[in-house]
Amino acid sequence: MVMPKVILTGNYTVALAAKMARVDVVAAYPITPQTGIVEKLAEYIDKGELDAVMIRVESEHSALAATFGAAVAGARAFTATSSHGLLYMHEWVHWVSRARIPVVMAIVTRTIGPPWNIWSSYEDFFGQRDTGWILGFAMDNQEVFDMTIQAFKISEDPRVYLPVLIGLDAFTLSHTTMPVDTPEQEELDKWLGPRRQGYVIDGSEPLALGNLAWPEDSEEFFMDLQRGMEEAKKVIREVDESYGKTFGRKYGGLIHCYHCEDAKYHAVIMGAWSGDLMEAVDILREEGYPIGLIRMRFIRPFPDEEMYEILNGSKGVIVFDRAISFGSLGPLYLDVAANLTKYTRKLPYMRNIVAGVGGVNVTHKDFYELVRTTIDDLEKGVEPPVFTWYHRR
Amino acid sequence: MVEIIPIQYKVPIAKPKVGVAGKTGSWRWIKPVVDNNRCNKCFQCEIYCPDNAIIVDPEKGVTINYDYCKGCGICSEVCPVKAITMIKEA
Repeated sequence: MVMPKVILTGNYTVALAAKMARVDVVAAYPITPQTGIVEKLAEYIDKGELDAVMIRVESEHSALAATFGAAVAGARAFTATSSHGLLYMHEWVHWVSRARIPVVMAIVTRTIGPPWNIWSSYEDFFGQRDTGWILGFAMDNQEVFDMTIQAFKISEDPRVYLPVLIGLDAFTLSHTTMPVDTPEQEELDKWLGPRRQGYVIDGSEPLALGNLAWPEDSEEFFMDLQRGMEEAKKVIREVDESYGKTFGRKYGGLIHCYHCEDAKYHAVIMGAWSGDLMEAVDILREEGYPIGLIRMRFIRPFPDEEMYEILNGSKGVIVFDRAISFGSLGPLYLDVAANLTKYTRKLPYMRNIVAGVGGVNVTHKDFYELVRTTIDDLEKGVEPPVFTWYHRR
Repeated sequence: MVEIIPIQYKVPIAKPKVGVAGKTGSWRWIKPVVDNNRCNKCFQCEIYCPDNAIIVDPEKGVTINYDYCKGCGICSEVCPVKAITMIKEA
């Protein structure tokens, strides 16, 4: 099997994956740092390398509305945005999931202003937490490619029929090149299959979407959406397995575990900076610290069973958040802690470190110090504060 | 090409049907009455009727479907030759 390796930025990786998934429609509005994705797709279409329609719109609100419309009509549709663009399209984010229409969207995570800032921070991504979209987050460009392809398969699975959002970091991924393994088009076509969805509105029969419904009916729609999310857990694991079998790369389903097997302490994280934490874990392991790392690949549906299985009995858990729920804690920490209570009343010591907000660079040295001092303190019987906003210049 | 695989979940779509909400004409308290001798077949009433309850035939003139006419009176307002009068329901 020939697997051509290409050198790509994160943005071009997303574009190539959407092209290889044979999207029919792209509707998008430019915003830094996402613009490269849709520029590249426009170029593919212009050169005749991708048989798709690019709908130019006047805003992100319209971009997702047009993507949704095309998807409802039976097209494999795709869009991408960032930060304020995502906030502007937020109403349509809900429309797509509540209508149970498969769509894939890439979010190049970027700080929300003011002050104006284009570096990576996850508040835009976490702002979509309760929309009913499946939320995935990649660590490097290879995973960006694989996750985008997988996203179409997951989204269009009849057990799921929910849209999928893929997060990738501004600049660290979006504008940084890396060798990416790509599959043969034919093999990918065979694996992904044709577009699937539950219903179409294509003019062949009168159909109304979004009519008035009584409270009881409305609640049942949303209870079904919750069931779809539960099903999605199985489907995400299955798709990762089958992708791995076909293309040689699998990640572990909803989470990616690094040195978890014999770990006594655990760190939880997601996104590109997970790589820096991995470097820190390598050094700490060499020094004899029994630390394991859980990297979140998906936060919706939340991998509650996996988290419990790994974290139950842990001597200490550090959750790193590159976002803050102002007035509370980091959003990832809130999810990890709350989901553990579904299985146990005996929670391990858990610590939330918020860092890197606004795009502040956090290196493997920072992670090394934070993890080492936490473990040293706990071994001495000293519990560090539950919440720390780590900041340095 | 798209494959339609029916969904096991409730989805917020509806297939419009005549009379799905019952005979809404029963809500009416005033009723449009047509004088087809005055009608000039301009179709304004048919175009404006929000309930699709008016048909204009170029030969015979206006027919109103009283099963679904709610008596809003728009047809009477837009008629340029005053061929539609609103009268109180008995």
